[in-house]
Amino acid sequence: MDFDKELDARNLNCPLPILRCKKGLSEIEPAQILKIMATDPGSVKDFQAFCKQTGHELLAQDEAESVFTFYIKKRAN
Amino acid sequence: MAKKLALIASKGSLDWAYPPFILASTAAALDYEVSIFFTFYGLTLLKKDLSDLKVSPLGNPAMPMPVPMPNFVQMLPGMESMATMMMKQKIASKGVASIEDLRSACIEAGVKLIACQMTVDLFDFKKTDFIDEIEFGGAATFFEFAGESDVNLFI
Repeated sequence: MDFDKELDARNLNCPLPILRCKKGLSEIEPAQILKIMATDPGSVKDFQAFCKQTGHELLAQDEAESVFTFYIKKRAN
Repeated sequence: MAKKLALIASKGSLDWAYPPFILASTAAALDYEVSIFFTFYGLTLLKKDLSDLKVSPLGNPAMPMPVPMPNFVQMLPGMESMATMMMKQKIASKGVASIEDLRSACIEAGVKLIACQMTVDLFDFKKTDFIDEIEFGGAATFFEFAGESDVNLFI
């Protein structure tokens, strides 16, 4: 999947992946896509909850070799 | 309109420093307006120097220990420092943020930090001991934002 910005939140624990994600989203334009990688197993549910509450769109998520990757589309202002 | 979170932080040990700052920084990331009222031992969390935050195994039977340890051993001098050192190593090795980092994240996200003026007087704290990004207030100040909050927690 195409993305506009990539963030590495691997080996960080709660709540750092979410905080990094929030910061990353503030650095891109609406409708642009942020790719973020995490290893915290709790991040799977947390990114879903984050997107549900903030209105950003979780386009896709996958897991490979214990790394979770999320693609998040920034909401319109 | 943004949701609001009001926290009271009343504890000043290394372990209990986490919940208020984790919840506040996360809520801010979720677009909440957040205020934390620091009272009694919680005021320690607003000091410039956070390096003396400690965790004590004493009176905490749920604290995981490398080897089973009876209470009277935990009373010995140096045990608290040792437990603190081990906790800090664990924190770093598991990728858990430091309290300094979480507090900075809160400040950066605009979390309002309010120090209980009564506690400052009670313990003879100096205002210069604290970071600059705080306000001082009392119980009425807490209710000013707590009364309008969606979530209120006492920690």
